[in-house]
Amino acid sequence: MGKITKIGWVTAIGMVALAVLPPFFLMTGQAFYLDLATRLVILAIAAVSLNLILGFGGMVSFGHAAFIGLGAYAVGIPAHHATWGGFDLIASYNGLLHLALAIGISALFALITGAISLRTKGVYFIMITMAFGQMAFFLFQSLDVYNGDDGLTIDVRSELPWINLDEPLQLYGLAYVSLVVAMLLTRMIVNSRFGMVLQGAKGNDERMVTLGFNTYFYRLTAYVISGAMCGYSGFLLGNFTTFISPDMMHWTRSGELMFMVILGGASTMFGPVLGSSVFILVEELFSHFTVFWHLPFGLMLIGVVLFIRGGLMGLFKGKRG
Amino acid sequence: MTPMLQVANLRKSFGGVVATDDVNLDVIKGEIHGIIGPNGAGKTTLISQLSGALKPDAGAITLAGKDITHTPAYKRARLGITRSFQITSLVMEMTVLDNIALAVQAQDGTSFRFVKPAHKISHIREKATEYLRQVGLRRRANDLTSSLSHGEHRQMEIALALASEAELMLLDEPMAGLGPEESKNLTEFLLKLKGSRTILLIEHDMDAVFALADRISVLVYGRVIATGPADEIRNNRDVRNAYLGEE
Ligand SMILES: Nc1ncnc2c1ncn2[C@@H]1O[C@H](COP(=O)(O)OP(=O)(O)OP(=O)(O)O)[C@@H](O)[C@H]1O
Ligand SMILES: [Mg+2]
Repeated sequence: MGKITKIGWVTAIGMVALAVLPPFFLMTGQAFYLDLATRLVILAIAAVSLNLILGFGGMVSFGHAAFIGLGAYAVGIPAHHATWGGFDLIASYNGLLHLALAIGISALFALITGAISLRTKGVYFIMITMAFGQMAFFLFQSLDVYNGDDGLTIDVRSELPWINLDEPLQLYGLAYVSLVVAMLLTRMIVNSRFGMVLQGAKGNDERMVTLGFNTYFYRLTAYVISGAMCGYSGFLLGNFTTFISPDMMHWTRSGELMFMVILGGASTMFGPVLGSSVFILVEELFSHFTVFWHLPFGLMLIGVVLFIRGGLMGLFKGKRG
Repeated sequence: MTPMLQVANLRKSFGGVVATDDVNLDVIKGEIHGIIGPNGAGKTTLISQLSGALKPDAGAITLAGKDITHTPAYKRARLGITRSFQITSLVMEMTVLDNIALAVQAQDGTSFRFVKPAHKISHIREKATEYLRQVGLRRRANDLTSSLSHGEHRQMEIALALASEAELMLLDEPMAGLGPEESKNLTEFLLKLKGSRTILLIEHDMDAVFALADRISVLVYGRVIATGPADEIRNNRDVRNAYLGEE
């Protein structure tokens, strides 16, 4: 106790860097890098949310991008109606309404799809979550009112008290604080009595059932929390890109999220953040040279999975464990 | 005396194999009821149906007068049934203490709590530590379960059965893989529990069974071929032919 582990150091340095560097970029006139960092931090929140169920609950969800999309459309659709009329019930630029919709609808979607998906295990779970994700994708693709495939442009960002999301630095600040909160929340849940049951069910479901735990119910609860958190990241992403389309929900996006979590190190606090950082930076770097950047990426993941136990964070593990 | 557990006409088959063939069985409150039988007789299959891990094809299971044939496994645990596993079943990536604490937590009924760290719930940690002390694993409390020896894993199985505070313990070959000394210790330990818990004990170690069991049922090819007081079973000709003779 008291002594800070290597993982602790990496986490601290990483989080400080994310707090300090982006404002620095802006001040030195490199606004592009602030944009990059904003996208990175928002996707990191999504990855942290996925890690709650994947890393700590053993639920390999291949449809998590659907929640990002739902959160983003929870901004886009009310804003669209506020601009163009119709659907008076929700037509609004009010950010708190958008937030409530993003979290509420994501949680509901998680509850319904989770209740069904969690009846299955292993590969079937992966496939059924992917199928639900694609269902959301095709649903929004077919909604002509919201331009289907072509997507929606958000003309006015969510209006929030105190914060002006049109200000890139304020948007970044909100995203960064949200990431910290998401990480602390995840840590709190994971270490709680609920979290112990969740991790126990990941390690040995049979034993947990024998002890009297309805593991299905615990998993479902975690799935809903994760979905809601991921929907929140969609709320931020919609406000950041101001353009949303069904493509955000495509299964390849879900795959990227999984990639980030596994690359960085599932079931660690900072792993998903490290994973999304590496992902965004490598994507940025390679896409300058070649459109075939997915290949080196895939090879990298295979390398990490094969040679480093516990992802990149595994490199910083001490002798213990 | 009304039996604590009643099994009536239980049947279970896997494809062509009839693993449980019309089993009838009573377990009386407070007794240690031994079940013996050769490999593949269907002993584990029987326990799995009693614990709810497997669904029987036919028949009924009654616990203290209540039909639990279709009660899900996690609810049976709450009704006071627990089991141990012939093949050790623990959360290997957690510490020894965390494993036992989960059993205590289940009894505490406070698992749907999200805020306070589980490690800080002192009454649960203390209780779990006490169970570890009872089985002699206290000094291993903070070690990773996967790092323990086979014998220690078997002790953890017992600690978990104790910690779940079940009135009815279904023990599936608790001595499996233990040396003579360890078996003797465990036998003495179970002897001390006698009376305070009801135990259905599956065991290949005949010395242990005859030392512990009040009554014994003999299972062969999924059928109960004899039930009775331990002495009677020891001298039963059919049993000797079918099973004990093989030893
Ligand atoms: N899940 C299963 N699928 C198919 N057959 C099974 C299954 N479980 C058990 N069996 C079969 O049912 C029969 C009874 O097996 P069981 O494990 O209950 O025996 P047992 O008395 O516990 O044996 P042992 O002394 O070796 O532990 C065996 O023939 C076994 O092969
Ligand atoms: Mg067996």
